[in-house]
Amino acid sequence: MTKDTSNQFAGLKTVLTVLLAGSLAIFAGVAQAEWKLNLQEPVTDLARRIYDLHTFLTIFVTIIFVGVFGVLGYSLVMHTRKRGHKAADFHDNLTVEILWTLIPAVILVAIAVPATIALVNQRDTSKADMTIKVTGYQWKWGYEYMSGDATGIKFISVLSTPRAQIENKEAKGENYLLEVDRHLVVPVNKKVRILTTATDVIHNWSVPAFAVKTDAVPGFVRDAWFKADKEGTYRGQCSELCGKDHGFMPIVVDVVSEAKYAEWVAAQQKEMAAAADDPNKVFTLDELVKRGEKVYTTNCAGCHQPTGKGVPPAFPALDGSAIVKGPKERHLAIVINGKPGTAMAAFGAQLNDADIASVVAYERNAWSNKLNDVIQPAEVKALRGK
Amino acid sequence: MQASHDTHDHAHGDHGDHAHHGRAPGLMGWFTTTNHKDIGTMYLWFSFVMFLVGGAMSLVIRGELFAPGLQYVSPEFYNQMLTLHALIMVFGAIMPAFVGFANWMIPMMVGAPDMAFARMNNWSFWLLPPAAILLTGSLFVPGGAAGTGWTLYPPLSVQMGLGMDMAIFAVHILGMSSIMGSINIITTILNMRAPGMTLMRMPMFCWTWLVTAFLLIASMPILAGAVTMLLTDRHFGTSFFNAAGGGDPVLFQHIFWFFGHPEVYIIALPAFGVVSHVIPAFSRKHLFGYTSMVYAIAAIGLISFFVWAHHMYVTGIPLTGQLYFMYATLLIAVPTGVKVFNWITTMWRGELTFETPMLFALGFLFLFTVGGLTGLVLAITAVDIQLQDTYYVVAHFHYVMVAGALFSAYAGAYFWLPKWTGRMYDEALGKVHFWTSIVFFNVAFFPQHFLGLAGMPRRIPDYATQFTDFNAVSSIGAFGFGFSQLIFLWVVLKNIKGGEAAPVKPWDGATGLEWTLPSPVPYHTFEDPPVITEEHLAAAH
Repeated sequence: MTKDTSNQFAGLKTVLTVLLAGSLAIFAGVAQAEWKLNLQEPVTDLARRIYDLHTFLTIFVTIIFVGVFGVLGYSLVMHTRKRGHKAADFHDNLTVEILWTLIPAVILVAIAVPATIALVNQRDTSKADMTIKVTGYQWKWGYEYMSGDATGIKFISVLSTPRAQIENKEAKGENYLLEVDRHLVVPVNKKVRILTTATDVIHNWSVPAFAVKTDAVPGFVRDAWFKADKEGTYRGQCSELCGKDHGFMPIVVDVVSEAKYAEWVAAQQKEMAAAADDPNKVFTLDELVKRGEKVYTTNCAGCHQPTGKGVPPAFPALDGSAIVKGPKERHLAIVINGKPGTAMAAFGAQLNDADIASVVAYERNAWSNKLNDVIQPAEVKALRGK
Repeated sequence: MQASHDTHDHAHGDHGDHAHHGRAPGLMGWFTTTNHKDIGTMYLWFSFVMFLVGGAMSLVIRGELFAPGLQYVSPEFYNQMLTLHALIMVFGAIMPAFVGFANWMIPMMVGAPDMAFARMNNWSFWLLPPAAILLTGSLFVPGGAAGTGWTLYPPLSVQMGLGMDMAIFAVHILGMSSIMGSINIITTILNMRAPGMTLMRMPMFCWTWLVTAFLLIASMPILAGAVTMLLTDRHFGTSFFNAAGGGDPVLFQHIFWFFGHPEVYIIALPAFGVVSHVIPAFSRKHLFGYTSMVYAIAAIGLISFFVWAHHMYVTGIPLTGQLYFMYATLLIAVPTGVKVFNWITTMWRGELTFETPMLFALGFLFLFTVGGLTGLVLAITAVDIQLQDTYYVVAHFHYVMVAGALFSAYAGAYFWLPKWTGRMYDEALGKVHFWTSIVFFNVAFFPQHFLGLAGMPRRIPDYATQFTDFNAVSSIGAFGFGFSQLIFLWVVLKNIKGGEAAPVKPWDGATGLEWTLPSPVPYHTFEDPPVITEEHLAAAH
């Protein structure tokens, strides 16, 4: 078979031509902005440091690659039977072996130095100006401001891309899959400490422009920080597989001026006060169902589906379900406390009494479940903690 | 890849007396065979079938990702596909492929009549089909297969249905099979070498498998432990990984990756071994730096146990942990670099020709080096934080795994196929297979580096629109790559049916005991130990 080598470079030439044409096409495409080739534009000192470190490493490994394969390439062209090259006979050289063990080792130490400095900086969460707790839920993020003027502001942030866009029934919007109903808002030039945790499975809170990526582990708290120096809206996505809708729980952070931030805090506080329900208010069935439908769409429809049919067996149907049609105490208890070992979260921690009462009332009256049940927030309150 | 069954009566000379100890006729013969060549053949066919199954799953993934939006599959089915694709490729395709090579080649390379424990060898293989049935069958149970990724991280894996339990049992069975196979390989290599075949004269493929077998014996029980703990967390109320009961979800990751990182080298080392045979053969030179290669393999094997948490940089391990694992990971680049330099120096001033096995070996070297260098970038913790769980990592490990393992397996298959079947394969088709594979591989996976840098997370069924173009390119490459693999099936079937008879030594530069045997090799070989002469020796000297 070794005779059959006459045509060996014909194939190579074709392939190289194709590759060249392909790369030209790619570089032509780069001009059209969508072919992003590098990390996102960093907006913190740390992210810039990492950006530079990555650039340095990429250039460095490219040089190694070109060097090593340059030598090999020379050999592949020159030292061939086709060119009549005769094999030399050498197979050991201790000096060379020692050199190509030691030189890479020294180079690696040289790389380790800036890498260590960047990492030590990255992990230093001390002296933060403010702290925000981030909770991962299947499949949304909860934010709670833990310090400063905004203390006590908390909300849930859910994907706002319409279902129809995902299912290709309408054109995709500008920030397809990277938009949420409520943005996290932070002031510019402040060191923001993020505490992450989760209630169900491991999630990961990640915003590339800040070089933040930290797991949110249920039962534990991790921390990270960023100090953004450029106002703007920055987007990230959950970066740890967390089940069905892992791809649908983005993160959106607005970095705003100090003044705007103060305005936002004031507005939030006002809104929260206004939205706080009178604990003794008595709802009518219509009010409950109307409000419950909204709560259901945001929190429940992802798994149990807008039709209430679910995706059995992982996500059971609610339409005609024995639990929904059974005693309301048991139904409420599952919504409040969740169901361990399944994706059913404990919504008691996420929703207020009126929301829980209305969503349960909605479920008991929607689809074919026409139970005509009325549930008041006070009943939810009574069941909490049981 | 088989054909040995009808050739045993041609085994003349010293071995003729034993020729009647053939395989029982029919299907039963395959169930009961204890012959290392039969078992090797079954391993290779099994792995190729699983490779096609796992490959089909990857095409479901790439089909869905061709354009943004959900087109063909639901997110939960997508998760099941990516999980099974990985489990099947790692445990069903790549690992059994190299065990197949080990079964076929190790006894012939060290001058032994068969594997040390021939019946256990049969059992190691026949454990695989039930595991494969559990894995693929889990798609059809209520709730479908595990949708956790091959890493099976709790608490997500605790939420899964029956499919998860089936995956756990499959992993148990595959682990048993691997451990038995490893015991067999170690015993064969240590106890059954022909006189004069000292350890430091041993062919490189045997060395890589010796180290790999120890890695398997040390790491597979750890994986079995991890998934057993998962099983008891799921069904028996334990809380190893449940914070509410005093456990820690991240504990699972430590245990998993303590297995998982050696696993990377379990896959890579035998691939290194194959390439260390092919490159010298087509360079008409001895392998450069045999001794340092052996030390490098041992060093890689050892260090592979001390780098596991570089898969866990973003889990919140302490700074000191991140620093240690970064340094240890950089350290493993040194022996890996030594191996690449040695291969290149082996080719230097050789007399190169480029038959299909050599092309695949060069493809291996090229792609594995790309994957190794992006691995260096990922080793730097601060940079990894930008790239962890993005497509950059997907690109990186496919360069290492597909290139490192698959290309090397093809190099070995084309290299030894004439010895196995006694016929030459179609060289032109082999070359087409190589060129389509390497071009489409790069079209499929190189753009994924850019997707990862731009921030596209891995394991998502749908993506933001700025990732559209590279995903489309990648999907085209993946389909091209996938269908190119059918060329190999064609080559092998054509080769089994007929073709030019292969001489004893079809590659003029090849060295080693296996090339002293007739082509095809008789059913029984080396029943009397051969006399090892310098001429016989593998690439060692």
